[in-house]
Amino acid sequence: MQYLGKDGVAVIESRFGAQVKEASGTEINRCYQCLTCSLGCPSAFAMDYLPHQIVRMVQLGLREQVLTSSTIWVCADCQACATRCPNEVDLVKMMDVLREISLREGLAKEHAVADFHRIFLGNIERWGRQHELSLILMLKLKTRDLFSDLLPGMKMLLKGKLKLFPVRFSEIKKVRDLFRRTER
Amino acid sequence: MSQQTAAGLRYAYYPGCSLEATAREYDLSVRAVCDHLGIELAEIPDWNCCGASSGHSTNRRLASTLAGRNLALAEEMKMDIAVACPACYIRLRSAQNEMKQDKKLRDELTRSADLSYDARYSTRHLLDIICNEIGLENLKNKVVKPLHGLKLAAYYGCYLVRPPDVVAFDDPENPQCLDTLLDTLGAEVRDWSGKVDCCGGSLSLSKRDIASQMVGELTEMARRAGAEAMVTACPLCHANLEMRQRGLNGNKLPVFYFTELIGLALGIKETRSWFKKHLISPSGLLTSLGL
Repeated sequence: MQYLGKDGVAVIESRFGAQVKEASGTEINRCYQCLTCSLGCPSAFAMDYLPHQIVRMVQLGLREQVLTSSTIWVCADCQACATRCPNEVDLVKMMDVLREISLREGLAKEHAVADFHRIFLGNIERWGRQHELSLILMLKLKTRDLFSDLLPGMKMLLKGKLKLFPVRFSEIKKVRDLFRRTER
Repeated sequence: MSQQTAAGLRYAYYPGCSLEATAREYDLSVRAVCDHLGIELAEIPDWNCCGASSGHSTNRRLASTLAGRNLALAEEMKMDIAVACPACYIRLRSAQNEMKQDKKLRDELTRSADLSYDARYSTRHLLDIICNEIGLENLKNKVVKPLHGLKLAAYYGCYLVRPPDVVAFDDPENPQCLDTLLDTLGAEVRDWSGKVDCCGGSLSLSKRDIASQMVGELTEMARRAGAEAMVTACPLCHANLEMRQRGLNGNKLPVFYFTELIGLALGIKETRSWFKKHLISPSGLLTSLGL
């Protein structure tokens, strides 16, 4: 297994739990594995590890396994887990931090989701507002998936639901500066 | 502090990016309904995208300052903000909390966008404003065409109700305001257990199969409860529910924006033109009921 060291023992980074706790501001060690998060998770069926397992893996320091999981990208950000956790573990903030680190270190497994986020933010930096037609086309090019959704896409264009051009935005420099200041 | 004028209520309006394109009919219906109810919406000049999920999923500081710029622009207008999109709503409200607590974020905003921000005004969703500021009794008095016979599932989704420490104008597990509002309009509101389940909207473009399965479960649940259409207050849910329903067009559940149904019941004449923008046409259903 790729997560095992030379001696066949799982690679553990004991600082990882503390690092995630500090960056997310949520007390991950409170989790007692009641499974409330996983049982109410609407996209759990598509995850490689369930949300409560990710929490446990973060506690244990299974850094690489967590950061290369599909779970952190398949999470639909619906906030049900964090709302229902009896120990107030904010799994949403935890997931945000995990995605940030995963992206920064080039470990993101679900490329389409990571690409979506990158293109989404890139468009805001370029135009100040989202331009949905560009977002869709750029994602299609990036994921080489040109022909899906052609029919509803055409229908939306004809119904005037997709603007052809981005809006003019007079203060775009200021928005771009926000991007520059938070670049990491 | 919403400004109470003789004419009614005034808000700084933040439409958000979807309402300029895929959710055009939501924007049109919001403006028409607010006009009819005496809510004045002054659009925030030069607002920018709130960053949505992509912002806070990958760069939390940027997510705060992007949303923060809009908050500061609205503060210059000295009004509470009215938002139609729940994803923008939760981002603006979260950013308000984050900026309040973190002076460094406020400084970043000042240096980049030349704006100061003191978090003096609040951000409200239009559903909240119509239910709790206008009031359903007032709304009822304006109904000219009750939606009798229209069987609806009120669908709240995620960000109108969660997380409760950020949003909270209704119960996070069994919210009622949209149900009561539709009941006020004369519709037949079905009780169902999917009202706060996620439709997978954030995955609609990047993970179509997952979104389709989530949408399928929801529409099936709504159908089993006897609903003939769903009602949402979210442009992302609307697009996802319309795009990702499987099956033949005639068998799909139409999805309404709550403001469109208010428009219909209040007899606002542009209402028909909003329905023409839907991918799943509700015309057959409405005609069969004489609406």
